[in-house]
Amino acid sequence: MDVIYTIWLRNIKRYLRSKSRIIGSLGLPIFFLLFIGFGLNSMVNIPGMEQSYVRFIVPGLVAMSVLSTSIFSGIQIIWDKQFGFLKETLVAPVSRTEIMLGQTLGGATIAFIQGTITLVISLFIGVSAASLSGFLIAFLFMILTGVCFTALGIAIASKMEDMHGFQLIMNFVIFPIFGLSGAIFPISSLPPWLKNITLLDPLTYGVEGIRYGLLGTSYIDPLIGGLVLGTIAVFMIIFGAYLFRKIKI
Amino acid sequence: MPAIMIENLSKKFDDVVAVDNISFSVEEGEIFGLLGPNGAGKTTTISMLATMLKPTSGKAFVNGFDISKNQDDVRKSIGIVFQDQSLDEELTAYENMDFHGRLYRIPKEIREKKIHELLKLVGLEYRKDDLVKTFSGGMKRRLEIARGLLHEPKVLFLDEPTLGLDSQTRNHIWQYVKKLNEEKKITIILTTHYMEEADRLCHRVAIMDKGKIIALNAPDKLKEALGGDIITIESSDIDKLDASLKQLPWIKTTIKHDNNLTINLRNAEKHVVDIVKVSEKCGAVITSLSIRKPTLEDVFLHFTGKTIREEEASIKDNMRLRFRMRR
Repeated sequence: MDVIYTIWLRNIKRYLRSKSRIIGSLGLPIFFLLFIGFGLNSMVNIPGMEQSYVRFIVPGLVAMSVLSTSIFSGIQIIWDKQFGFLKETLVAPVSRTEIMLGQTLGGATIAFIQGTITLVISLFIGVSAASLSGFLIAFLFMILTGVCFTALGIAIASKMEDMHGFQLIMNFVIFPIFGLSGAIFPISSLPPWLKNITLLDPLTYGVEGIRYGLLGTSYIDPLIGGLVLGTIAVFMIIFGAYLFRKIKI
Repeated sequence: MPAIMIENLSKKFDDVVAVDNISFSVEEGEIFGLLGPNGAGKTTTISMLATMLKPTSGKAFVNGFDISKNQDDVRKSIGIVFQDQSLDEELTAYENMDFHGRLYRIPKEIREKKIHELLKLVGLEYRKDDLVKTFSGGMKRRLEIARGLLHEPKVLFLDEPTLGLDSQTRNHIWQYVKKLNEEKKITIILTTHYMEEADRLCHRVAIMDKGKIIALNAPDKLKEALGGDIITIESSDIDKLDASLKQLPWIKTTIKHDNNLTINLRNAEKHVVDIVKVSEKCGAVITSLSIRKPTLEDVFLHFTGKTIREEEASIKDNMRLRFRMRR
């Protein structure tokens, strides 16, 4: 437990010190909120939902903050590899699974904070607040999403040699996951074949869960969504830990 | 029980043999140097001893623990300073130490006390709350050494601890190392390719080349074995000179390399005149001549027929060739 806490603490300290990272990763969700949210607000009506479009996409953008922050927190391991710090951790008498768990929880915490900041900003912009229990449900899904994708980031980082694949991850991991998740459109109105694809995307369950918490309605039942997302998170941790154990330096 | 015992240890990477069947042991309290050119296998050897790499074959014991079977026990009992920097630059000096202490599960009160003590030892106490990225190369190195000592290891590995540092900082670091060895009785294994530094510091050295240990003894004994003095001659025709000089009974060995002829002999001062005479007789003009006491460089030259710099160049060429072939 000590070791997991130690790794977690290091992640949090580094996060709190890098202002550019905090502000930088808020940029995209906020632009989405302003341009797409307000831009399409008057044109788009979500069938079966009384909410305006801008309110509809807020949960999606919160999920987006969590997604990008958590994947990059996982990928931070490549930096540690390049700057040598990973050696210091790996030569200590601790198991690699512990190191990986600390990194995952650290990344998930940071992702959760980033998601919360996005949420607070969107509250200011005029999206009315949900009930306390609604927020708690949203928080739970944000944490699960964070764990899930930090572990995925670690899995990817374990297979990468250096940062050259960075663009690849942006284009072929984060964007498809975000795009397919129903963050900016309702999955209920999709053709069945596409709907099935969105149901394979872990983020869909995160978005739907957060949406249920914040807006009170969602396409996927939150209980089922929570179970599915929790299972995926456990699987991702096992997968990430497996690949992390095989890192060679 | 020796601090380190190595038996027929080998490591292969694909088709390259990095460490080739080496055996030696290091006594407790010793400062032991692994010397040799880049690519000789020093770092690979240390990585195996520190359980970072699995040996291809052979055995090794560190503080009595088998490096293949008791990895955690080995790790707890050693400290290591890597060749490449391994600090978190976004954390302060204190936080880097604290992180290490927590990973090694040192209880809080002891941890805090030891961190202050060690930072004082390496002269960084006054900078403890500054981010490491503001530190100079020498300060980072000292911090890494302090960190490596935090969990009170019995054996400390230093892999090229002075690489890329200026000579003043290098001297400082070697002073710390010596102090640690004397005051805390820590066994120290270091690699370096600054031969004269190893000469001054190490109780015994092993010289490695191409994965093998080619000589192992106290520096003085290694140098003595070459026989007294070294004369290096630069000449227009070293082949001819070499052939004539070899006839002389008081010349122990000669080595040709570059455009130089290196001669091992006793009482060089007395024989210089004879050497010059021989050279005139055989018609090889001497353009320069120097007499000195042997260094570990000469020991390396004696065993491999090349200077360390030549050997490094040839290793680089080999790697380039291999790389080209692979493409």
